[in-house]
Amino acid sequence: MIDAKIEEILEDLFARESEPTHPIRSMNTDVLAAAAEQGFVRLENGLPVLTRKGLEAGEKVVRRHRLAECLLRDILQVPDAEAEEDACHFEHLLRPGLEDRVCTLLGHPLTCPHGRTIPRGECCRSAARDHVREVGPLCDGRAGQSGVVAYLSTRDSREIQKLMAMGILPGSDIRLTRLFPSYIFAIGHSQFTVDHTLAEKIFVHWRD
Amino acid sequence: MTGTPPLVLLVGNPNVGKSALFNKLTGKYVTVSNYPGTTVELSRGFAPCGGTRTEIVDTPGMYSLVPITDEERVASDMFFSENVRAIIHVADAKNLERMLGLTLQLIETGRPIILAVNMIDEARDLGIRIDIDRLSLELGIPVVATSSLSGEGVGALLKALATPPAPSLNLTRYGTIIEQAMMDISALLSPASPIAPRARAGLILQGDLRERERLVRENNDRDAAAILNIVSSTRDRLNHSPHYYVALALRSHAARIAGNCVANPSQQPGRFRTFLERICTQPITGYPLVALVLYFALYKFVGQFGAGTLVDLIEDGVFQNHLLPWVTTKTAAIPWVPVRDLLAGEYGIFTLGLRYAIAIILPIVGSFFLVFAVLEDSGYLPRLALLVDRGFKRIGLNGRAVIPIVLGFGCDTMATLVTRTLETRRERILCTLLLALAIPCSAQLGVILGLLGQHPSALAAWALIVLFIMLLCGFIAAKVLPGERPMFYMELPPLRMPSLGNVVIKTYTRMVWYFQEILPMFLLASLLIWVGNITGVFSLLIRGLQPVVGWLGLPDASAVAFLFGFFRRDYGAAGLYDLVKGGALTTHQLTVAAITLTLFLPCIAQFLVMQKERGTRVTLWISAGVLLTAFGAGYLSHVLLTAIGY
Repeated sequence: MIDAKIEEILEDLFARESEPTHPIRSMNTDVLAAAAEQGFVRLENGLPVLTRKGLEAGEKVVRRHRLAECLLRDILQVPDAEAEEDACHFEHLLRPGLEDRVCTLLGHPLTCPHGRTIPRGECCRSAARDHVREVGPLCDGRAGQSGVVAYLSTRDSREIQKLMAMGILPGSDIRLTRLFPSYIFAIGHSQFTVDHTLAEKIFVHWRD
Repeated sequence: MTGTPPLVLLVGNPNVGKSALFNKLTGKYVTVSNYPGTTVELSRGFAPCGGTRTEIVDTPGMYSLVPITDEERVASDMFFSENVRAIIHVADAKNLERMLGLTLQLIETGRPIILAVNMIDEARDLGIRIDIDRLSLELGIPVVATSSLSGEGVGALLKALATPPAPSLNLTRYGTIIEQAMMDISALLSPASPIAPRARAGLILQGDLRERERLVRENNDRDAAAILNIVSSTRDRLNHSPHYYVALALRSHAARIAGNCVANPSQQPGRFRTFLERICTQPITGYPLVALVLYFALYKFVGQFGAGTLVDLIEDGVFQNHLLPWVTTKTAAIPWVPVRDLLAGEYGIFTLGLRYAIAIILPIVGSFFLVFAVLEDSGYLPRLALLVDRGFKRIGLNGRAVIPIVLGFGCDTMATLVTRTLETRRERILCTLLLALAIPCSAQLGVILGLLGQHPSALAAWALIVLFIMLLCGFIAAKVLPGERPMFYMELPPLRMPSLGNVVIKTYTRMVWYFQEILPMFLLASLLIWVGNITGVFSLLIRGLQPVVGWLGLPDASAVAFLFGFFRRDYGAAGLYDLVKGGALTTHQLTVAAITLTLFLPCIAQFLVMQKERGTRVTLWISAGVLLTAFGAGYLSHVLLTAIGY
């Protein structure tokens, strides 16, 4: 079994793969050295990068952590504030095999309470999406409102490609100027227009 | 490298002044038609670079190396050409940060890249400052600030091309899952390609279909299967498509570089510009504005000025009074009657072909292209697109189709080519159908407006019935035709005063295209009609058509106009013109004839382009539908107009 400290680093590094803004909690050099020695990470320009082995291990930790969050919040009704910390302990306890039972019990959730994707295990299939407060689709905004793109609620690569062509990516500043007859918004010094189908896929963290 | 000159590609997003820069680089040597803003064919020209004649190719606008539409595919295919000396990425200085992602993608291909920071003058006006030297250092490629309007930096760009730069090593890191997959894939790729294996692997991972095809062609089945396996397992591992992570990484890399090189004052657009923007896009003023634009641009300028004043000037002033009498006297000496007929007979090359092409059609089409160029250059067309998007969705299209449709009012053949800019096959077919059926080209429109202009009620009946048929057919076709639903997205370039130079170039290139394509068709039609007359085939066809026009309540003589309509739609309309001049038609008959002819089969040129773009099967289906609809609608309007006693 992997040491809990190493698991934590692997967990953070894995989360960064799909969410580059994810913070790394601790960068204890001893733990890093141990992780490197066991072949989980290698150093690139002084920064740790997951190896293939580390990637697989990290994926499992993240899966257990996010499943634990769901279990604590949805089944055990633990308040959100406490659930996060409990989940950190829980993830190290959920042994292989046990995690799949939890996953089944929960109905194979797709996302954790924070809206992050739970890496799929052997046992999964299903879909759901969670909405985070203050974040809403572009089509529900007001004219003149601005914010930051939070996420794109689509897996259709055709749609993603179009949104990205316009520079719509999580983190982009966006200002909505018109809702009818089509949605008009500005990104940087450029203006774009989209229809409802695309506007409802763009989730924006609105500023007020 | 002997024989073919080295190639330089101009690539970049739409609306960054690429085509204008192309014109500045190549001077007057533009050889192939070019529709700025709606570039569908590659424009090629030559420029002297360090003593060698270098071919410059302008590619259609693209947002990313992974193409979305057919036209973008054309551009990305060019990268694989062997003798590419350099690729110039033309970027908008005003939005440099957003543009740099493509620069970084281009750098990865391992080809020599030069960045042209274009529209630098507009950026300066906005108070944006760009450290060009620093940018060049950070990217590892030559960077030149240019303005395609003033020509600033064009010399420096040519100088930079003289010594093609070494590939830059500034690569973007995509995170372990994607990097790992790219490494695994590139190990399996055949090395014989001008594009770096890592970049190709990236394209495959992002689902570029062309790259997949190339992959299967170049590799044995086992390797290809292994690569596709890596792709699907990588996709399973990630929350979104690999494309998404690639874009995120490129964006943050670009932001880091831009942060070091670009000083960007936060500025609101001017009040006047905001006001104009509102006028154009809010429905309460936007739709009346569309009506005004259509009224003045199409009816007043093209219909009355182009089809009236200009046609009279050329037709009467030049042809009837000078050229034709001269031709008649010259040919009178020819003893062989058929030859004399071919040149100056009723349907002769001079009397019919050249006269229709130059005296009637050219002024109409020319004035349309002028108006279209003004609308295009002012940035109004995308606003029009967003206004009509909801309506267009009903007929299975999206707002983007407004450009081919409006262009269709100029020349349906050209518009059929431009349907390439539409994204799905379904939309392209629907748009082609509507262009063939219900959109009268400016030549036809001019003649019909001229004919029905004296009878406002007939004009209204014609417009309403044609519009109704178009909506009905679009609605039905959209229900029947399977395929993906349309999606609308478009960049809105800033509204600006059209520049005289751009308008002239745009009008000129379109007119040159039109002349090259269309004039031979007119002459050919004259020749065919001549052959048809001599051999008696025509009188046979006309006799066959007579009962059909009889059902529509039209005189036998109008069968000739319909037959000409097979050659060119406007030819048919122009034939009506002659009938009316001879007093052979009542207003009722004229209305029915105008409706039927408007809906009638497209001209030969459009038919050929349809066949080339959509394939024979689709073209035959469309033609059959159009023919049936045209006569059906003609018959029904005859019955309807008779019933209300018109």
